[in-house]
Amino acid sequence: MLKTTLKIACLAALGVCAMAASASAGKLTIESWRNDDAAIWKDQIIPAFQKSHPDIQVEFAPTAPKEYNAALNAKLQGGTAGDIITCRPFDASLELFNKGYLAPVNDLASMKNFSDVAKAAWTTDDGKTTFCVPMGAVIHGFIYNKDIFKELGLTEPKTEEEFLATLDKIKKDGKYTPLVLGTKDQWEAATMGFQNIGPNYWKGEEGRKGLIAGTQKFTDAAYVDTFKALAKWAPYLGDGYKAQAYPDSQNLFGLGKGAIYAAGSWDISTFRGQNVNMGAFKAPPPAAQKDCYISDHTDIGIGMNAKTPNAKDAKVFLDWIGSDEFANIFANALPGFYPLSNAKVTVKDDVAQTFVSWRGQCKSTIRDSYQILSRGQPNMENDLWNVSAQVLNGTMTPEAAAAQIQDGLKKWYAPQQK
Amino acid sequence: MRSRFSTIAIHAVLLGYTALALFPIILVVMNSMKMKRAIFLSPLTPPGPASFDLIGYHRVFSDGAIGTYYMNSIIVTLGTIFFTLLFGAMAGFALSEYKFRFNKLLGLYLSIGIMVPIRLGSVAIISLVSGMNMINTLSALICVYVAQNLPLAVFILSEFVHQIPKDLREAARCDGLSEYNIFFHIILPLLRPAMATVAVFTMIPVWNDLWFPLLLAPSGGKQTITLGVQQFLGQYVTDWNAVLAALSTAIIPVLIFYVLFSRQLIRGLTSGAVK
Amino acid sequence: MADNQQIEMVGMNRSAYLRVLAFFLAPAVLIYTLFSVYPLLATIFDSLYLRHEGGALTFNGLGNFQTLLTDETWSKPFWNALRNNLIFFIIHMCVQNPVGLALAALLSLKQLAFRNTYRTLIFMPTMLSVVIIGFIWQLILSPLWGIWKMGLNAVGLGVLFGPYLGQEHTALITISLISVWQFVGIPMILIYTALLAIPDELVDAATVDGLNQWQAFFHVKLPLIWPTIGLVSVLTFVANFNAFDLIYAMQGALAGPNFSTDIMGTLFYRTFFGNQLQLGDPTMGSTIATMMFVIILMGLLVYLYVIQRRIQRYSF
Repeated sequence: MLKTTLKIACLAALGVCAMAASASAGKLTIESWRNDDAAIWKDQIIPAFQKSHPDIQVEFAPTAPKEYNAALNAKLQGGTAGDIITCRPFDASLELFNKGYLAPVNDLASMKNFSDVAKAAWTTDDGKTTFCVPMGAVIHGFIYNKDIFKELGLTEPKTEEEFLATLDKIKKDGKYTPLVLGTKDQWEAATMGFQNIGPNYWKGEEGRKGLIAGTQKFTDAAYVDTFKALAKWAPYLGDGYKAQAYPDSQNLFGLGKGAIYAAGSWDISTFRGQNVNMGAFKAPPPAAQKDCYISDHTDIGIGMNAKTPNAKDAKVFLDWIGSDEFANIFANALPGFYPLSNAKVTVKDDVAQTFVSWRGQCKSTIRDSYQILSRGQPNMENDLWNVSAQVLNGTMTPEAAAAQIQDGLKKWYAPQQK
Repeated sequence: MRSRFSTIAIHAVLLGYTALALFPIILVVMNSMKMKRAIFLSPLTPPGPASFDLIGYHRVFSDGAIGTYYMNSIIVTLGTIFFTLLFGAMAGFALSEYKFRFNKLLGLYLSIGIMVPIRLGSVAIISLVSGMNMINTLSALICVYVAQNLPLAVFILSEFVHQIPKDLREAARCDGLSEYNIFFHIILPLLRPAMATVAVFTMIPVWNDLWFPLLLAPSGGKQTITLGVQQFLGQYVTDWNAVLAALSTAIIPVLIFYVLFSRQLIRGLTSGAVK
Repeated sequence: MADNQQIEMVGMNRSAYLRVLAFFLAPAVLIYTLFSVYPLLATIFDSLYLRHEGGALTFNGLGNFQTLLTDETWSKPFWNALRNNLIFFIIHMCVQNPVGLALAALLSLKQLAFRNTYRTLIFMPTMLSVVIIGFIWQLILSPLWGIWKMGLNAVGLGVLFGPYLGQEHTALITISLISVWQFVGIPMILIYTALLAIPDELVDAATVDGLNQWQAFFHVKLPLIWPTIGLVSVLTFVANFNAFDLIYAMQGALAGPNFSTDIMGTLFYRTFFGNQLQLGDPTMGSTIATMMFVIILMGLLVYLYVIQRRIQRYSF
């Protein structure tokens, strides 16, 4: 009995250990937070790559967005991360590069397809080294339900005043939720709200760079006005919006119960799946303003694990990501993600086309909390989530919200301490 | 003895609470078998011929990984129970049988872990596990869970070894049995009821844990069912059919297991474990 | 000396005896030391270091603790999390344990029909994963699905409906009550067992003395189960100050709205792993973990030296 018991114990221990060893040689594994896109990678993007590179096996292995940063860090530390790493923009990836987890990609032939602006999100502060191949940008705006607009006789609002008047009409009719946006997940309020309409107030790059240089403050009129504009949305949000999470918002609009949805362009494919008859309009500027600005955010890049045993294949793959072929597939397989390369791309989805057409009409900028300003404690992006949700909830005034962000920034960021 | 009125009142209270305890579970399972429209329009009616639909389950199972996640959870839970019981019984036996010099001290050392949650050491566990190249392995989870559950196991099992009559062991020694044989042939079989208790205490938290799977084995097909369902929910969050089906898929086997073994489970929970 | 006696008793030579000891004790001691004691010590050790940009570490003494307790950037979230955690614990103590006690008292009544069925069914939620429970309740309370609203309307309490999980003054209470709902089975079972262990003669004697059932419960049974209630309380304390899963699953790592559901576990997670654009900070994470360790230890000491002593005085 002793012997059998011990034998079983040993066998069990061995079995467990055997399961541990799962190092995959030769096959490229992609780490990503885009689990929504898993099917598209498996069925369209990877097969397209393998058509020209039949000898390289690729697997897309995403983690849920909420866990991605933590899980990826743990895996990189443990040396078990995949060969290809999907890169968040700016500081999160810069930190990975500084720790030696990401390899430089300057020497890839296809890097010449990218402008400096496109590369900025994945380049060191001195501008010398780029560590991820830029993949896609997302654009903010509003998606609306065409059927509801037709039924109520509404047209796309061109200015902020028109926007509020439209919301008012939908509210008076009473059948639909005028504006679909929830504050429970907090980031929705900051990203789809504050960052969506803000560039019109702080004049895009001018304001963003001013904050970084310390020549502008969050307590300046531009930022306070953004919060004020946001606060005006509250009466038009859905019943119980304070407990409405992002998926609830997606369902509310997807089921045709909401008229206007504060959007990121990546939502297009979600609503295509739910057969919504939709159109889009850009963040409406205040009436007197002639210029318009849009949030056109470099959101997703792709790099190489510095310790991958398959460096050669990984480079071939990354080089292909930089190619025109990829740009075309990516733009159309995932409408709402816009390739960052200089390749001439025809976007077929009409709503995605609408979004991208704004690039010609307005000036582009990225989200102002992403570069440099979220490096310290308290973390500005976390704070923005918090105060934007509170402004919409009515538990904080626009002035107080702006003051809290400015105070936080002043605590650690030298250019703002002058 | 009790008046009819108070008997009725007692049953009313207990029935009411039982309903409160079961309502959310029934609601989810019931709606998981309905069409999307029916889920939203009439959530409180059970599925009928007009609203019955298993599309959510199709989506869950066509994802393919649910089976793997179940296997992972079963392996981790069984592995943890096995090693916790084996090592715990061995240590419990030694602590109560042999009066060596640091016996008391070692007993105290081992019992610190009953009250101090291992989760507070997560930072170091991650670097330890990643240093041993064991991130995304089930063995890492088993090691941590065994360490987490050993203190209570040693404590309970040594109490039980204590209650086994000394004569039994003395007689065996006189017959020339080695210490190993005494443990495996005489003590271990007698510890079975106590081991059932320990197994119950070990099983529930290990099966349901989200923390360590999230930290130590978050991907690479090594997710446990709890983490897998959480990730699946994150991915299909707008598809309520799939969400409800995934929740039900995670709940139903546990409930079947529970109903089958509830007598033993409750007995395990109530027997001697907590004095 | 004791060793030698022991060896004689067992009838082995010294090296064989040591081999036996090592065989039985080594696996448990090794795995426990490596995966439980070492990580805890290493965490405490880590909390004494300061991490600089680029990853270099320098010894900082108790500096991190000073930062955590006095620098507003850290102390505000810390005290907030501690306060919320206390509320979380108090709600469990005031709702979970009394309800558990009441259910146990009812279940332990003599000649109660369907006792096992009730017990089995009421314990059921405790078996399920916190993640699943959190998600189910989120669906039920969701304004989109409106189950809870329908329920309240049905009993004429429709006005009480609100976005509970999205309001600062209701979110934490709501989540605490969900946690109570799930775990009420544990105090119920523990107290139930203790009640069953009380000899019938004691209660019978009390009834003979003219006490009714209520009085018998409060004057005879309750004093006898104080030790169990003390144990239940300390288990609740440890579990509550170690909680994380439910809040992470329901409210995310930022524990909103406005950090009103942030407890020690979520603060620790966020600090150690970071968030969207927040980078993880291992040494401050360790500092918070060490504080949690200290808090739990203090709770245990209170239990051991105050509550348990008193209880012993009462029960003898």
